[in-house]
This record gives sequence, C-alpha cells and structure tokens, in this order.
Amino acid sequence: MSLSHYLVLSALLFTIGIFGIFLNRRNVIIIMMSIELILLSVNINFVAFSRFMGNIDGQIITFFVLTVAAAEAAIGLAILVSFFRNRATIDVEKIDTLKG
Amino acid sequence: MPVQMPDINLGLMLPEILVTLLAMALLLMSAWYGKEGRGTIGWMSIFGIGLAALAVLSGGGSGETTFGGQFLDDGFSRYMKLLLCIATALPLIMSLNYVRDQRMDGGEYYVITLFSLLGGMFMISSGGFVMLYLGLELMSLSIYILAAFRRQDLHSSEAGLKYFILGSLASGILLYGISLIYGSFGTLSYAGIAQVLADPHFHVGPVVGLGMVMVIVGISFKIAAAPFHMWAPDVYEGAPTSVTAFMAVMPKVAAFAVLYRILLVAFPSLHDQWGPVLQFMAVLSMAVGSFAAIAQTNIKRMLAYSSIGHVGFLLIGLSTGTIEGYHGVLIYLTIYIFMSVGAFGLILILNREGVGDNIEDYKGLSRKRPYLALLMSAFMFSMAGIPPLAGFIGKLYVFMAAIKAGMIGLAIVGVLFSALGAFYYLRLVKFMYFDEAESEFSMPISVSSQAVVVLSGVIVLVWGVFPGSILGVTEAAVRMFQ
Repeated sequence: MSLSHYLVLSALLFTIGIFGIFLNRRNVIIIMMSIELILLSVNINFVAFSRFMGNIDGQIITFFVLTVAAAEAAIGLAILVSFFRNRATIDVEKIDTLKG
Repeated sequence: MPVQMPDINLGLMLPEILVTLLAMALLLMSAWYGKEGRGTIGWMSIFGIGLAALAVLSGGGSGETTFGGQFLDDGFSRYMKLLLCIATALPLIMSLNYVRDQRMDGGEYYVITLFSLLGGMFMISSGGFVMLYLGLELMSLSIYILAAFRRQDLHSSEAGLKYFILGSLASGILLYGISLIYGSFGTLSYAGIAQVLADPHFHVGPVVGLGMVMVIVGISFKIAAAPFHMWAPDVYEGAPTSVTAFMAVMPKVAAFAVLYRILLVAFPSLHDQWGPVLQFMAVLSMAVGSFAAIAQTNIKRMLAYSSIGHVGFLLIGLSTGTIEGYHGVLIYLTIYIFMSVGAFGLILILNREGVGDNIEDYKGLSRKRPYLALLMSAFMFSMAGIPPLAGFIGKLYVFMAAIKAGMIGLAIVGVLFSALGAFYYLRLVKFMYFDEAESEFSMPISVSSQAVVVLSGVIVLVWGVFPGSILGVTEAAVRMFQ
C-alpha cells in the first residue's frame, strides 16, 4: 500500500462527511456523525503522512484530535438535547425560528 | 530508551496558568456556595482577568519560546493578549446585571467565559498548528455553550446548535488543511514551515496551496468573513445579548492574531497566493455587511452584519502584505473592540429598561434618555467612519496602506462600501432623534454597565482626536513582522 492509497481513502471520507452535512435534510444526529467522519479522515491523513515521512508529530496530533472530538461530541449532544426540549424535534428543516 | 525531556519554561505561561487556576477554583466555589456566591464569582473572575492582564504586562514580550517552539511569547502576543483581556473583561463587567436578571448566573457562565479566554490566549501565543488547534477548540467549544446558555429559550438553544454545527465543520476543514500542510512540509511549527519554504529547491505544489486555503477558510468561519458568515446573524440574534457582546469581539482578536502568525510567519513568501484570497473575501464581506444590514429590523442582527463589514475592512489591511497594512489592521481591531463593546453595552442597558431588540424600539430615545442616545450615536458615527471619531482613524490607516501597496481599486471599493454602510448606522440615529417614542422607560440603570459604556465612548472620542497614543503601541507590536 502506498501513501496515495491512504490519502485517497481519507479524501473520500472527508467528501462523504461534507456531503453528509449539506445534503442531509432530516436529522441533526447524522450531521454529528458526518462531523466525526471528517475528523477521522483527518486522522488517517496525519497517521499516513507521519508513517511515510518517519516523523512522529502527526501521530501525536492524532491523539489531540481524538480527545477534542470526544469533547465536541459531548457538547454538541448536550446542546441538541436542550434544543429538543424546546422544540420537540431534531429535524434539520425545523431549525428555522431565527431568520431575518 | 532514555526519554529526553524538552526544556520547558513555565514562567512564560504565567497569565495562562493564572487564568486556568482561577477558572478551576471558581468552578469549585460555585458548586460549594451555590446561589449565595453568585455576585462574588462574577467580580472575582473580572479581578482574575485583571491579574492575568497585569502578568502579561509585567512579564510578557521576551521573545522566548517554550514547549518545543509551540508556545511563543513576544511583543505581538503581549499586545494581543492585553487586548483579549480587555475584550473579555469589558463585556463581562457590563453583563453582570443582565446575567443575574436572566437567571444565567450559576457561576458556570463566568467559568466558561474564562476558559474561552484561555483558549484565545493559547491561540495568540501559538507557534505551531498543534497549539493553534487546541486553543481554537477550547475557545470555540466554550462559546458554543455560552450561545446556548439560556437553555429554556428556543432561540438561544437554536443559536447554539447552529453555531456548533457550522463551527465544527469549520474546525474539520481547518484540520484537513493542517494535515495537508503537515504532509507537504513535514513539520507543524510556523518557523519550521518558513524554513522549508526558504529552501530554493523546495517545489510549492498545489497541495500546499490547497492546505493553506483550507486553513484560511477554517479561520474565516471564526471571524465571520463572507462567504463564511451565514451563521453570524442567526447566532448574534439568538444568543443572550451579553454573550453576543462577548463573541462579537473576543474571537476576532484571537483569530486575527492567528492569521498574522500563519500568514506572516509561516507563509510570507506565498503572499501572491493568499493575498488575492483575502482580497476576494474582503470585498465580499464589505458588500454583505453593507447591503444585508439595510434590510434588518433587529438591532443585534444589524450589528452582526456590521461586524461582517468591519471584518472586510480588516482583511483589506492584511491582504496588502505590507507592514503599514498590518499596522492598520491592529489599529482598526483595537478601535473596533471599543465601538462594538459600547454599542452592545447600550443595548444591554436599554434591554433592562424594557426596550426590545427591534430597531423601531429606539424611536424617540433622545428625549427619554438623552445621554444614552448621544453615546449610541457616537458609536454609530464611529462605526460609519465619520471623523473626528476613532472609527475614522482605523479606516484611514487601512485604506492608506492599501493605496501605498498599489491596490487603489480595492481602496476605492472600500470607501464606497463604507459610505453605503453609513446609511443604516445613520438610520438608527434618525430613529433616536427625529421619531416619536412609542413606549415608556422606567428601570434604573446599573452603574457598572454605564461605566463601561462611558469608558468606551471616551476612548472612541479621544483616539479619534488624539490617535498618537495608540499608533505608537500598535506599531511596536507589529514591528516583528517586518
């Protein structure tokens, strides 16, 4: 397996994540899954570069990204719960009370 | 295998350590004292920010680095951290009463504000992408929570949710850009990247450009530069007003400091690649800021578009690639903080008096509260860039730098949009002075908010007439980028 295999896989996951955010019209949970997918695709990039360049920095930042992703998911779900309590839905198209 | 410990100098991080300890202590205190300790925690956090600012003033600016070059302490970081402390403390002081009235004062409000200040400080001192990412996330995650803080309120939680989704997307894009930059250069530190770029044998491929643009996009989300501004009006409107005042200024200081570091330390030799990107965003931001603000009926939404426009002017200065431009941006940013804090402070004060967020609610203000109306007009005139107020000085230096750098077209576009923007600022002034009031005002005005607003007003006036004091300080701060 060469470096470009990993990079293509990561680019694919990143694209799926971006499309998951913009094309998804139903559920906020799917948006959160897409965000996780983006962060994990970045991790693949970092580890692949790190391995093929023989430089450890990329593997270290991967741990930071994993940790931050966990915190981000926790905060996002908490905000989502408080939104659900007020609106009784997590439909993406119902997040529309603020408009000018 | 022996583990080699890097040379760590914690003395350089004294302000950060102070803020961290204070935030953790206050979190424990708020759990311990419950409802009795409310007011005390607010004042203690403000006192702590003052202490951190003193630590920055007394020790900062040595030019040393620590944590393997990831943490910098130089003249620029010293000035920006001072600005960041002001941009956090002023909104906090004027929102003490608001926070109590809205029942948001469990103590967590102040602690989370402190953590976002901490994240901003780490961003300013970042010497590489690891520190940048961690600081940015600490700051952003804290602000997501603050935006959704009034959790019984639908608008507030919706603002938080929107900010969270778009902010996380921006972090993802930023991170992907960082990974591409890491792959191209083999290092994560700004100085290391500049070193690789200085090598004449290094070929700058499309991947480098892509990575750099993705990093710029990620940071543009945080400063709400068009076309990445869509979250700003909704979030500014939905978030509690005290939080809006805070996030209109604080993240901008930190994010602009990071732009300085990345573009001017890591990629100065690629200016002909990032310059046009910034120019494009500058023109678009000014256009969005001027045109979209005219149609707004909500004053917080209007100020959101106004801040997008200000970011456009700031980006002009940064895109020139000259020291005059960097100097102009810093002057403008400093003045913007006081204008914005003052305007939001007045909204907070009037909110307490029963004036709503609609621009129509400001009708006839000059007869009921003449000196508040006078201050509000001063901030509006200053934002419009009318002399002799400070906003004019900021615009003057940015446009002068653009003309000096040969970007006359951009300067002309900027002046035109600035004139167009004056329309909606002056519309508010017209409402306050020439229309009849529809409602009665009753509540007493809190002393602390008033003090902040008057202070901002005095600064906007004094710096407009005697800009000398600020020019010297900002020039010293940007000198290292020459």
